[in-house]
Amino acid sequence: MDAYIDIKNMSFHRGDRAIYDGISIQIPKGKITAIMGPSGTGKTTLLRLIGGQIKPSHGSVVVDGIDIPNANRKALFEARKKMGMLFQSGALFSDMTVFENVALPLEEHTDFDEAMIRDIVTIKLQSVGLRGAASMMPSELSGGMARRAALARAIALDPALVMYDEPFAGQDPISKGVLVEMIQRLNSAANITSVLVSHDVEESLSIADHVCILSGGKVILQGSAEEVRSSEDEQVVQFLNGLADGPVPFHYPAKDYQTELLETR
Amino acid sequence: MVAVKTLFTRVTTFVESLGLAGIFLAQSLFRLPVRFEEACLLYIRQVYSVGVLSLIIIVVSGGFIGMVLALQGFSILARYGSESAVGQLLALTLLRELGPVVTGLLFAGRAGSALTAEIGLMKTTEQLSSYEMMGIDPLRRVVAPRLLAGITCMPILAVIFSAVGIWSGMLVSVYWLGIHDGSFWSLMQQTVYFDRDIFNGVIKSFVFAFAVVWIAVYQGYVCHPTSEGIGRATTRTVVMGSLAILGLDFLLTAAMFGDF
Amino acid sequence: MKDKQAGLLVGFFMLMGLAAFVYLAIQVSGLAFTDRSNGYTLEARFDDVGGLTERAKITIAGVTVGEVSRIEYDKDYYMGKVVMNIYANVDNIPKDSSIAILTSGLIGEKYLGISIGADDEVLTDGDEIYDTQSALVLENLIGQFLFKSGE
Repeated sequence: MDAYIDIKNMSFHRGDRAIYDGISIQIPKGKITAIMGPSGTGKTTLLRLIGGQIKPSHGSVVVDGIDIPNANRKALFEARKKMGMLFQSGALFSDMTVFENVALPLEEHTDFDEAMIRDIVTIKLQSVGLRGAASMMPSELSGGMARRAALARAIALDPALVMYDEPFAGQDPISKGVLVEMIQRLNSAANITSVLVSHDVEESLSIADHVCILSGGKVILQGSAEEVRSSEDEQVVQFLNGLADGPVPFHYPAKDYQTELLETR
Repeated sequence: MVAVKTLFTRVTTFVESLGLAGIFLAQSLFRLPVRFEEACLLYIRQVYSVGVLSLIIIVVSGGFIGMVLALQGFSILARYGSESAVGQLLALTLLRELGPVVTGLLFAGRAGSALTAEIGLMKTTEQLSSYEMMGIDPLRRVVAPRLLAGITCMPILAVIFSAVGIWSGMLVSVYWLGIHDGSFWSLMQQTVYFDRDIFNGVIKSFVFAFAVVWIAVYQGYVCHPTSEGIGRATTRTVVMGSLAILGLDFLLTAAMFGDF
Repeated sequence: MKDKQAGLLVGFFMLMGLAAFVYLAIQVSGLAFTDRSNGYTLEARFDDVGGLTERAKITIAGVTVGEVSRIEYDKDYYMGKVVMNIYANVDNIPKDSSIAILTSGLIGEKYLGISIGADDEVLTDGDEIYDTQSALVLENLIGQFLFKSGE
């Protein structure tokens, strides 16, 4: 397997709490990889680790041959030009129009003249269906539109890697369908490596070539979508089927129910 | 023993945060926008939101403070038959103290809190992260233009404040209280020195601007990315900014006018 | 379009700041660009200049005709030497005029008042007024009063 991102034996601590405890993940090149797991397992943190915004406590994160945690500022900024990231909130710059948002990475990182940039931005906006909204401000967009505009911005520089942070969270069924289709189309058309962080089981499994399920700071399963569906691991079954109780208990740890009720005040 | 330990931690935390703020400032100032055109555009936008939008509150308060000073000064000086000295009282208090200080306090409340809230909101909505992931340094793109705009705008605002204050005080004393306008101006001109009073006042407002804007952008940048965190950071900007102005004012006044 | 408008307002803002600064410099601090060298210089020595400052006004009959440009200590005479600048159009001050340090109001500024003499010759650039009356120092005044009432 040709790994674009290679995470080896990586741990990350926030305070005393271990978010990751010695995990190893390989993300294949040119494929869609879904990283799934219950909320609170630090899926977004993983994307930040890949982007080099935070550094792991142990282990290595190698993206396209570059050792991200040990790269200097310049190399890191250079590496990030080849990454696109779609944030959960969209994170469009609120003081610029949709057009200016998409044009910004081009203005910053290329020597293209104004006409060229205008053409590229128009093409990108067309590909997400927002060419007509170019002059709108982010505050005027609906949630789904904001996410699509942010996607256009993330792919403006034709990155080799696109990371999606919860792309389906809080979207209506139509928007979800649109996003699923766009991610798929992008990946097959431009041979982009996609990393998808999500807890929307159906949407993720329908497009992912490779799935990685995290729980409690560990990787509990890595494999194809079929392997995941047919898994008999208790934790995986609970997560996929949305069972209320299982290895992840319904009750937050507490002292005995009966004892607490009968306690004299 | 516990108290000593708490005090020690407090002091180290304070020194540490001061150091972090210093590094932050140095990084922002040495990473100015690269392209001149872009830098100008970003700078002008910030001058607009920091300076132009603060203009009304500065002009209105300058006007009222000038008029009140004229009334109070007149009522006190008239007892000694020196009411025509109200001009020099007005000019000296405004140029040396009230211009820089009141402008600074208003600026901390109007523009400083807005800067903190804006940067804090950008942090909360992942816009700062987004710049980073795009390979654009948010210190250079977001923080540096705001720092520069704030530092250059406040002295301008302070000068406008003093000018409006003196002019409105002149209206009250000459047209209402009936002080002869010739003696009003000549007494003022006799006591006000350009280098000692006007220039020192401008220097003061530069120092205040530096402190307030630094505090404001830093608080926004390090705030806890929640709505509660932004609220707290904004409050801290106003409180710390105001206290910094008053403290620095004492030091500067002692240094500038302290040779009795 | 939005940026253009902002740019216009920012320009207006900066012009306003500049105007305020010029106003303060000229009208308030009297940093006049009117030509001072236009006038002529006179000197006077006083036993005690007590409280007179540079740029204090010089009056004849209550009208300002010039201002003090320099105050220094005269080592030879042990006196305070005041150099003043008189406006060019006031060119008929008699040679035997006298000059006194006066006070405006009880706690007001010190200024110089010239009393006109009767000589036909007039003072010109660089001349000195010899008949001077020093500043009224309150302590000396009280001292004299006590001394006299003791007699």
